[in-house]
This record gives sequence, C-alpha cells and structure tokens, in this order.
Amino acid sequence: MKARTALLLGSLSAALVAFALTSPRVIAADKVDPVADAKAFQNFFFQKFPNVKHEDFVNGPYSMNEDMKRQWQEKEEFPPYEFALDAGKEMFATPFKNGKTYADCFPNGGIGIRQNYPYFDTKEGKVVTLELALNRCREANGEAPYSYVKDEMASLTAYMAFTSRGKPMDIRIPDDPRALQAFENGKRYFYTRRGQMNFSCASCHVQSPGERIRAEILAPALGILNALPIYRSEWSGMGTTSRRFVTCNSQTRAVPLEPQADEYRDVEYFLSYVANGLPISGPGARP
Amino acid sequence: MKRSLPLAMLLALSFAPMARAATEADYKAAYAAAESASKEAADMRNQWTTTVSTLAAAKKAGDGGDFDRAVTAAREAEALAKASIFQATSEKEAWKTMEIR
Ligand code: HEC
Repeated sequence: MKARTALLLGSLSAALVAFALTSPRVIAADKVDPVADAKAFQNFFFQKFPNVKHEDFVNGPYSMNEDMKRQWQEKEEFPPYEFALDAGKEMFATPFKNGKTYADCFPNGGIGIRQNYPYFDTKEGKVVTLELALNRCREANGEAPYSYVKDEMASLTAYMAFTSRGKPMDIRIPDDPRALQAFENGKRYFYTRRGQMNFSCASCHVQSPGERIRAEILAPALGILNALPIYRSEWSGMGTTSRRFVTCNSQTRAVPLEPQADEYRDVEYFLSYVANGLPISGPGARP
Repeated sequence: MKRSLPLAMLLALSFAPMARAATEADYKAAYAAAESASKEAADMRNQWTTTVSTLAAAKKAGDGGDFDRAVTAAREAEALAKASIFQATSEKEAWKTMEIR
C-alpha cells in the first residue's frame, strides 16, 4: 500500500509540475504541418544518435546496442519468425470459401505494399491499418475476422511485410482536413501522458531509447513500426502492432484501448508518416 | 499554487482514518463515489489499471462483509480515478511540452 501511495503521489506531482510548466505559456494555435513534424522528428534522432546509420533505426533495440545487434545477426540465420512467415504465405495463397483470396482485396495482389500502410481512406474519413484492411477483406468475403492480437493476424502481416522488405516507408497525407486531424490526433496520443506511471509513448521511446527497462532495451520511436510484426521470446510467439500497443499501455498502468481503436489507428498513422523514407524491416525478432 | 488544492483533497480522501467501524452503508456510499469517478475516467479514455483492480478489491471485501477494508479500498480507488481525470484534463494542453519540434 505504501509503495502504491508513493506512486500515486509521484504521478500526481509529475502531472502537477507538467501543468504548472505549461499553463502560463500561451501556445499559439498551431498549424498542422506533417512535413515539418517529420523532419524535426527525424533530425532529433539523427542528432541524438549520430553513430547510428539512418536505415538502422528500423531495427528497434538493435540499433541502440552493438552487442545485442551482433547476437541478433547470428540469430537471423534461423529466424524465430520463420514459422509465422511460412504460415502467413500459405494463408495468403489459400482461397476463401467463395474462391477469392487476400490478393483480390489489395493493390498489386498485396505483394510489396506494406510500406503504404496505414493509409487515410477519404471515403471512410479514417485511417485504415494493414491489420484492419486484412480483417475487412475477410469479412467482405464471408469469413470471420481474426483476433488482432493473435497468431493468424501476425502471420499474415509478417508475410506481407516480408514482401516489402527494404522498401522505404511511404505514407501519404491526402489533402483532406480529416487526414490532417488524424495525424494530429495520433501525434497527441503519442505525446500524452497516461496511466498511473504518468508516461507517454515519448517518455520511453523519445526520451529514453537505448536505456534498459527491466531486461529490455528501449527502441527509438523513429522507425518503430517498420519491423512489425515481431517475434518476442517473452510472448513466446509473434505479436502484431495492436498487441504491442496494448502491452505498452499496460506497462504504464493504463487500461489499454480496444485493438484498432481510433487512437491506435491514428498513432500508427503518425509514427509511420514520420518514418517515411526508412526501409521496411519486418517481420522482426526480439530477444 | 492553487493547483495543489486537488492534491491535498486527494490526500485527505485516501488517508482519512475511520473513527468507528465502517458499516455497509459507508461502503455503499464510498463504492458509489469510486465507481462514478472511475466511469468518468473511462469516458475520458484514461482509466488506470490500478483503479480497476482497487475497485474490484473494494467490491470483494464488501461482498465478504469486511466493510473497513472495503471502504478503504473504495476511497483509494476514488482517489486513483480522480488522479487519472486530473491527468487527462491537464494533458489536454500539457502534451505539447513533450513534442519534438
Ligand atoms: C514504460 C515505457 C514504455 C512506454 C510508455 C511505451 N512503451 Fe513501447 N515499448 C516499451 C518496451 C520495454 C518495449 C520492448 C523493447 C523495445 O523494443 O523497445 C517497447 C516496444 C515497443 C514497440 C516495438 C518496437 C520494436 O522494435 O520491437 C512499439 C511499436 C512500441 N513500443 C510502441 C509504443 C507506443 C505507441 C507507446 C505509447 C502508446 C509506447 N510504446 C509506450 C516500453 C514502453
């Protein structure tokens, strides 16, 4: 109980300090400028880690630690995601009951297109992630949707990521105020403190990349989605982007949102857009 | 620093000792207050896991007739929920201080 109370006090006082710091400052009505945001975001990491090659940021924790990187490169000869990759490839090619396949739902038959997801759908007025598009494809063809946090979805996205390996992330923001709003909402979600620990995504992935949190080394926010989905020993299996977001929320003692909630879709849009130009490296493997 | 007022209130809430053994009515009142704050936090999409678990602990103690424990837990849950509401409210602007520009 004592420790808890201390935490509560700690988080409260942090919130209070943050509030005291901001309230007097008048923040000008900011114009949403994704191009400038992406440039500032990339520069921040390039300057903070001048020895990391730009294209290496997409390798998460490995970009931050040489020893870990060496161990990983040895493991890549027999990567632990191989099983999921093979399963995904087979699932992708297997027709639905109606005879159609996933390829019928995607541009270029779904091959080599991972770098364009998520995209802003101007008809729906919302961000559509790859996971969402896959389930919509299933439902449109009379199949039940998959869980966003389980193996099937991870296998399918692993295969699609693999066919895009090395292609630069290429997220567009169409000329539509709702798309700019989605980007801005994703940005806000990324920087907003939540949970009893009073952490935002940025507390860990902007302020502390390379640092250890329990046994793990924190990945930098730049290119943080390029390697998804990932195999993690701690999960003893694959995890989707949805699963990772849920896990990160829980770590700060915030109740996670439902997978593919608008906030998650938007934060995926924001993080992917600011990684434009960096190569797709998924599927990834983590210790 | 007017802002320290809610903090003091929360402290008072979580530490106010009970002068007498708590009754079922005390528990029901404390639980209802905690539940309503927790619902408000959830509506703001900023529920804390600890609010949920502490509220569940209050319910369990209350169901088992341990009203002292139930009231203490319910008050703690209410304090947690209020802290999360405070956090969500202040973050409406405060997030911008974290932004990379
Ligand atoms: C308490 C610190 C913490 C916070 C806050 C946090 N994460 Fe994480 N995150 C981790 C840890 C630990 C890992 C696993 C090690 C790693 O890869 O960084 C991780 C991994 C990830 C990964 C996978 C990176 C990879 O290459 O394996 C993504 C994506 C991610 N986090 C996104 C987010 C988002 C989005 C948020 C905000 C909703 C967030 N995280 C908040 C600690 C945090």
